[in-house]
Amino acid sequence: MTSETSRGELHIVNLYPRHMNIYGDRGNMLVLTRRTTWHGLTPVVHEVNPGDELPERADIIVGGGGQDSGQVTVADDLQRHGDALRGLAADGVPMLMICGMYQLFGHRFVPIEEPELPGVGVFDMETVGGPVRMIGNVVAESDDLGTLIGYENHSGRTLLGAGVAPLARVTQGDGNNGDDGFEGATRDNVIGTYLHGSLLPKNPAVADFLIETAARRAGLETVEVSEHDHIERARRQAAERPR
Amino acid sequence: MSGLRDTTAHALGKALRAAARVRGGGSAYPGLAAERIAPGFTARSLTGLPRGVVVISGTNGKTTTTRVVTALLEASGLRVFTNRTGSNFVRGVASQVIADVPVGGRLADRFDVAVLELDEAHAVHFVADVPATYSLLLNVMRDQLDRFGEIDTTARKLAVVAQATTEAIVANRDDPRLVSAVEAAVSRVAWFGHGAALADTFPTDDALYGAVGEAASAEAADVELVDLTDAGAAYAIDGAEHLVPLQLTGAYNALNSAAALSLARQVLGAEADTATLLAALAEVTPAFGRGEKFSVEGSEVEIVLVKNPGGFRLALTSYDPAGTDTAIVINDHHADGRDMSWLWDVDFSSLAPGIALVAGTRSYDMAVRLLYDEVEAAEVAVDLAPAIARFARANPGTPKRIYCTYTAMLEVRRALERYTTMEAL
Ligand SMILES: [Zn+2]
Repeated sequence: MTSETSRGELHIVNLYPRHMNIYGDRGNMLVLTRRTTWHGLTPVVHEVNPGDELPERADIIVGGGGQDSGQVTVADDLQRHGDALRGLAADGVPMLMICGMYQLFGHRFVPIEEPELPGVGVFDMETVGGPVRMIGNVVAESDDLGTLIGYENHSGRTLLGAGVAPLARVTQGDGNNGDDGFEGATRDNVIGTYLHGSLLPKNPAVADFLIETAARRAGLETVEVSEHDHIERARRQAAERPR
Repeated sequence: MSGLRDTTAHALGKALRAAARVRGGGSAYPGLAAERIAPGFTARSLTGLPRGVVVISGTNGKTTTTRVVTALLEASGLRVFTNRTGSNFVRGVASQVIADVPVGGRLADRFDVAVLELDEAHAVHFVADVPATYSLLLNVMRDQLDRFGEIDTTARKLAVVAQATTEAIVANRDDPRLVSAVEAAVSRVAWFGHGAALADTFPTDDALYGAVGEAASAEAADVELVDLTDAGAAYAIDGAEHLVPLQLTGAYNALNSAAALSLARQVLGAEADTATLLAALAEVTPAFGRGEKFSVEGSEVEIVLVKNPGGFRLALTSYDPAGTDTAIVINDHHADGRDMSWLWDVDFSSLAPGIALVAGTRSYDMAVRLLYDEVEAAEVAVDLAPAIARFARANPGTPKRIYCTYTAMLEVRRALERYTTMEAL
């Protein structure tokens, strides 16, 4: 890669799109690539599926939700990248992990009946299977990213350890476990959350946090994006819908 | 004992039905009440039918396929009992029994066969009480994940239906989840499918999400859709190819018609006459809201029901937007699914540069979705009825197409009722 072409590029890594794509996770990638363009940069997408290596350059890393079977398939493969992902997280690489991949970014996921799945421990947290699925619209307040609007659908109950902060506090919905009021997790520039719907279309602040952080780390200038009011209206419309 | 109780339940159901019609109420309540009073009422009503009970299930196309199967069997001389309003719940079946049979009468005196559309969850409950003589498994696609949880769960439900089938299963050989679902079944399996040339027209759920295409099953199809042109659909049956002009629109309806043909052949056995079946197929018109068309002040208005990403994608590739005013109406009531994530699994770029109207309880989610595919929505409406009426009456002579979710479809029909004539629900 020459310095000429890399100056304006952001390299976005999509972890396991073949298996972890169930709740509109494509929407997150579409929004990231489009908004990268709107910010004046060129998005370069790398899809990493089981057996593939991580690319040399990763400016943003994104993972989605999957079915139980898909999660089992990728959990094993993900271990190969454990050291690399923990290193990138510590270096400040922005990442977004949704639902199933969020769970695998903790230490482990212990389903009710299936064998335990190892995680990569980017987040100091554990997830255990619960008897009821937590499903429905969610509104959550984040200190850094404002009001988050989304939809959750998970049976895993996630408990945060001391080494990680919650992303937000739910004002509607269950969030991590339905008990402590927390939703998601964050450390350095890594964000994990149960929210889809898809997340980024209705939460451009999260998308822009990822893009702007990545651009700053890469020494790239970005241009301001003016928001279409459809987005604010979609947020308000969604927040008013029943659970 | 249950006979007397059934008679009471039936009579009460009739009364409730009459009352509901006056109030304009729901179609499933009389059946629900009858089942309360006489548990097993539905199962007992369906026993003794000479050709048994046919269950049609799968993600996309149940209502239209049920309509086609009914038409094919009726054209072949059978008297068919069916739940024709797309109320694909067990209690909907009970309500239909109440409607179609006089109190004290037997279903088996009036009908030869029951053809029932049931969604995957209700089909499982249903076959626990009433074994299916024949079952038709259309496809498994992601749909209402907030209700069913996972596609694999849905596939397991269809496997239960297959195992409870006594005579023959008709299944889609090109859907790997269905091929697995019928593996443990005891009754014979007849396959339907499409020819290799149409593989891109009918991607499986996994192929839609970038999975390496699993090889379609090598099974020979009883009925195969081999070609799809403006002149109609070509089916291969018993080694011969037949071109059928269809009134049904949409590629998926052509494929599901292959399923219906195969199912009719299983039910009819040696009595099946290919020419009769194909002639009947050519006559079938769309079910309400499924490519249904009516005329509003000089414009042809078509309603296309979209419930999940696979169906929406196929619909968008089936219909050319050029020269047509397009509207999309997205609701998020329980029957539609509350989660809007599915809109992000549909590619809308074929609608560029723009469409006329977006409406529904999640109009702005849809508008944002279009924004990211660079498709302009000229109007985004919160109040559905006046917006749809304006849309349908604008530009007289220009055809209109409305893509809508289930409850949106019912609202759209209600909003347009006074400007046109349409089949009553
Ligand atoms: Zn989820």
